[in-house]
Amino acid sequence: MSFPPDSARQTSVTLEQVSLRFDRGVEALHDLNLRVGDGEFLSVVGPSGCGKSTMLRLVAGLLRPTSGSVHIGGDTKLAGRQTRRDISFVFQQPTLLPWRSVEKNVRLPLELRGRVGDEGRRRVAEVIDLVGLRDFARFYPAQLSGGMQMRVSLARALVTRPSLLILDEPFAALDDITRQRLNEELLALWGRDRFTAIFVTHNVSEAVFLSQRVVVMSARPGRVLAEVPVPFSFPRNAELRAEPDFARLTGDVSRTLRESFR
Amino acid sequence: MNPLLHRALALFLPPLVLFALVVIAWNGAVVYWELPPYLVPTPVAVLNVAKENRAALWSGALLTGKAALLGLLASLVVGILIAFVFSQSRLIQRAGYPYAIFLQTVPIVAIAPLIILWFGHGFQSIVIISFIVSLFPIITNTTTGLTTLDPNMVELFEVNNATRLQRLLKLQLPGAVPYIVAGARISSGLSVIGVIVGEFFAGFGGNKFGLGYLIYFANATLKTSYLFAAVISSTLLGLAMFALITGIGNLLTLRWRGTR
Ligand SMILES: Nc1ncnc2c1ncn2[C@@H]1O[C@H](COP(=O)(O)OP(=O)(O)O)[C@@H](O)[C@H]1O
Ligand SMILES: [Mg+2]
Repeated sequence: MSFPPDSARQTSVTLEQVSLRFDRGVEALHDLNLRVGDGEFLSVVGPSGCGKSTMLRLVAGLLRPTSGSVHIGGDTKLAGRQTRRDISFVFQQPTLLPWRSVEKNVRLPLELRGRVGDEGRRRVAEVIDLVGLRDFARFYPAQLSGGMQMRVSLARALVTRPSLLILDEPFAALDDITRQRLNEELLALWGRDRFTAIFVTHNVSEAVFLSQRVVVMSARPGRVLAEVPVPFSFPRNAELRAEPDFARLTGDVSRTLRESFR
Repeated sequence: MNPLLHRALALFLPPLVLFALVVIAWNGAVVYWELPPYLVPTPVAVLNVAKENRAALWSGALLTGKAALLGLLASLVVGILIAFVFSQSRLIQRAGYPYAIFLQTVPIVAIAPLIILWFGHGFQSIVIISFIVSLFPIITNTTTGLTTLDPNMVELFEVNNATRLQRLLKLQLPGAVPYIVAGARISSGLSVIGVIVGEFFAGFGGNKFGLGYLIYFANATLKTSYLFAAVISSTLLGLAMFALITGIGNLLTLRWRGTR
């Protein structure tokens, strides 16, 4: 069996007039409209508590909107069980099972799908290789640095060849150098597989470096305040961060973000 | 110095020094206040009695230890099953919890005679009493372990469309292991106490006597030195149980604690 056939790679995300009110009356999102193209790399920035994680959970089908609709891959249904198989989620914490080795943590999504045959094993080895952890496959999470743990988390997300990768401040807890290196690695992985990526971050420079478009959200209840296209061509490398255009765009986004704090 | 030896010394030296001090103070008190031996015997007298009766004390400790291990094992099996049922629904947990607490608050000396009435004067009744006093920490710890879940981990399983069974086997049960180990450590001491209480009431299993019966017998016949020897033996047995369970637990949770 092959991992999702190429015909399945049509996921794009559409949120229309999405509002979400939690049980205790907190309105996290209000009339949010957002469209993410096939294979697009989109970053989302916004004040803390503005509903970024909530929006990601809606897209992943972990929450349902109070009103409005969430479409995945042109599908008119809400994000549900079936489409979820094609989505991977990377959290701020590595969220690894401490009693499982790197290899077995990465294998988990395949196990849960009942797909650990020879091909599954090959795929596990391949993604571990891709994130540069070949020599650490048998290590346990506690034996790895924070950056390495996050690489394991990325490998686990990629093992199923998702067409949509959702990342919720994945590198926020890492030091700057490690964060930048992981940015470059993530971009290389994206260039290779061209999954759709929605990347939430607090770090404007990171958002600009990674994505084709940056969405700035308003303070709670969250909605889209501004969309900033990022024109730099791919592949991008570390030198981009030193370019004047990069600094100017980062400044623009930062200014918009400051306004969003009101 | 050899680091292993160093660690062993650091672990055992302080309690041994304390023990020596207590023995010296005890001896001093007996001599100073001229306490009669039937009230407080000297350490030397206790040691002599222990030596004379070492066969009985040893076989008593073995019998009591065996009953405690069986009681603890039974409480692990049943406690984990009950915790598993509790973890399946809040309603079930709310319904069952008061009865689990009952296990902890009921005075075991009050129900021990009842157990013996139902299950006879023998080994099985003693194991059942030990089982009852060991059960509560296993239930509460395991329930906590099964229901204390990292919300992100739960979402990870949900995004991957995991079934309830998959979540239980791959997330909840392994996650509960350190909690079960902690519960078993608490219960290891309780299980010995349970057996001793049981033996007070039903100490004759054929012609073999556990430490609890020896304590009862020594007390009833005012053999105070023997009583001291039996009490100290049962304390050592409790320590040994605790050490055994802690050792097994440490081995089981090596990975959970971040070393191989
Ligand atoms: N399960 C929940 N129940 C109630 N309120 C919640 C819940 N999850 C998040 N919130 C609230 O919704 C708002 C948005 O949260 P979140 O999406 O986590 O923000 P962000 O990720 O942008 O920091 C916050 O005010 C938060 O307190
Ligand atoms: Mg968040």
